[in-house]
Amino acid sequence: MFDLDRWREIFQSINKNRLRSVMSGFTVAFAILLFTLLFGIVSGLSNTFKGAFVDDAQNAMFVRVWKTSKPYKGLQTGRRIQLKNKDYNYVTDEYASKIQYQSARIYKNFSIKYKNEASNYSITAVNPDHQFLEKTIIEEGRYLNERDLNEASKVIVIGRLIKKDLFGERPALGKRVNVNGSSYLIIGIFSDDGGDNEERKAYIPLTTAQKMYGNNDYVSQIALGYNPNLSLTEAVTFGNRLERDLRSKLNIHPDDQSALSVRNMAEANKGIGQFMGILYAIVIIVGSGTLVAGIIGISNIMIFVIKERTKEFGIRKALGAKPASIVAMVVQESVLITTLAGYLGLSLGTYILSLIGDSLEENYFIKDPSVSPGIVIGATVVLILSGLIAGYVPAKKAANIKPIEALRAD
Amino acid sequence: MIKIEKLHKSYPIGKDSLHVLKGIDLHIKEGEFVSIMGSSGSGKSTLLNIVGLLDVHDEGNYFLNGQLIKDMNEKKAALLRNKFLGFIFQSFNLISYKTALENVALPLYYKGISRKERLKTALDYLEKVGLKEWAEHLPNELSGGQKQRVAIARALVTKPKVVLADEPTGALDSTTTDSVMDLLKDINDEGMTVFVITHEEEVAEQTKRVVRLKDGLIISDEITAVGKSKAV
Ligand SMILES: Nc1ncnc2c1ncn2[C@@H]1O[C@H](COP(=O)(O)OP(=O)(O)OP(=O)(O)O)[C@@H](O)[C@H]1O
Ligand SMILES: [Mg+2]
Repeated sequence: MFDLDRWREIFQSINKNRLRSVMSGFTVAFAILLFTLLFGIVSGLSNTFKGAFVDDAQNAMFVRVWKTSKPYKGLQTGRRIQLKNKDYNYVTDEYASKIQYQSARIYKNFSIKYKNEASNYSITAVNPDHQFLEKTIIEEGRYLNERDLNEASKVIVIGRLIKKDLFGERPALGKRVNVNGSSYLIIGIFSDDGGDNEERKAYIPLTTAQKMYGNNDYVSQIALGYNPNLSLTEAVTFGNRLERDLRSKLNIHPDDQSALSVRNMAEANKGIGQFMGILYAIVIIVGSGTLVAGIIGISNIMIFVIKERTKEFGIRKALGAKPASIVAMVVQESVLITTLAGYLGLSLGTYILSLIGDSLEENYFIKDPSVSPGIVIGATVVLILSGLIAGYVPAKKAANIKPIEALRAD
Repeated sequence: MIKIEKLHKSYPIGKDSLHVLKGIDLHIKEGEFVSIMGSSGSGKSTLLNIVGLLDVHDEGNYFLNGQLIKDMNEKKAALLRNKFLGFIFQSFNLISYKTALENVALPLYYKGISRKERLKTALDYLEKVGLKEWAEHLPNELSGGQKQRVAIARALVTKPKVVLADEPTGALDSTTTDSVMDLLKDINDEGMTVFVITHEEEVAEQTKRVVRLKDGLIISDEITAVGKSKAV
């Protein structure tokens, strides 16, 4: 329903009563501003925590071994634990249904040389699935595949920064580099969101490393991606079971954390989930508190405004205004003010958040704070509705008092 | 035009009630120019407000333009006020944030008349009360007499059948009183029924019929000299 004359009346009433309009608008703008800032900051915190774990897959698990720290079954402490292919095969067979990705890892540190450029890099020997566990992003060429593993090919996938170090702007794909004395074919170049360190790495087939460097079946680490169908709790249980199982298999004391441990992203995820849950609960409480305060503010102001205008309504009624037209005028005015003010608060809040940007990331763990439009629109709708109700109830009352009483009001 | 039979009105005061109108019978025909006089508190305003549908009576019958006024809801009352009645108040009751012209045009807005026509008609009426040059002024920039003339223009702009005025000259000096009375006489000459409350004999003398109230009852109802001369 668009009634130009009514809008003209409303604009005049707003314009000629600026203080009153600004006052009622201020409450709403302030409530929405606080709301926006609050949600923005929490979403910034949430971004930080999510960002802290982008390096590896969300469902990654790592089996790590070191030296025993507890005597067990007559075995001494300080015994060096070594994983082997059979342990890797045992895990991947025994727990096949719970595993999505699987890869063994061997860590090496070799020089890589191309023509006159050479430097030392960390080289990891892996299985093809490792790409997904480490979230390696292939920029050029391809990652290692099963055939590379079966044939123990001398192929290498290098990080973006290695390519930059050794080749500069020249193409590297298909070139041969010298790794610790033997020649490897570059089959792929990758990037990684985990930072510069991750992009100064290179990957070669696990089998190649075992054959070339030691001629054994040793494995440094087992990396797994648990089946994403598992719930967080199930995934944590799986990690604990795997840990106990491997300890008993390798004759390690069941509680020897130093000798063998499973680092499970599920546990970290669970922690973050709980933390964010608490944070959002706080936000919902504080946010609704802010909104309620805003609603009460508008209601009070509307009651005051309508009281102030009772005489005007009496005059209008004496001149032939129907009660409905007075109610509609007040409600429309109240909704217009709340909407404009809500929009103002929202814009101001968004602007402040954009000014904050990433500047608080270092000290306050707030990264890229912003609000989802849905939440803010929701909040504004709540305020508009309350402006509507806040205007309607007292206006209805005022419109129904006898004109003679309204005229007598002052 | 206005027919009142055995009209009663009381105001509740705490637990008691104050009986203000104690059985009024009054018949005002179309085109009459009637004044009501009476001491303060005798119930003049109460009567006028009931006639103007600004208040409701307790007992008796009231016919406006032949229509029985009973169980009137605010919506119907608003329609009737807009259609038949024009009000002039002692305290003017102009809307302070609207200009003289906008104040005069307001009843036409509630009649559903287009803005252009509203403003044109309103200006015509302001001219009629001699305030065309003051059209764009706000009420607080006008003198009392000017304000009352704006209020009169506003009461007339819908061409009501009855104009009700509660001490329209009560706040004015004698010169402005005369100019307001001249306007009311002109209105009446055009055929409108005019019903005016006053304390001033000089004002009452200029109407055609004087009704005197005392303690909620009509004590006299006479045709004035003016009324007699016009009737002849
Ligand atoms: N809303 C009300 N509530 C209670 N009593 C009222 C109300 N309005 C008027 N009265 C009382 O009713 C009586 C008549 O009032 P009314 O205004 O009709 O008198 P009036 O004749 O117009 O007097 P005046 O010449 O002073 O204007 C007065 O005693 C007044 O106090
Ligand atoms: Mg009075």
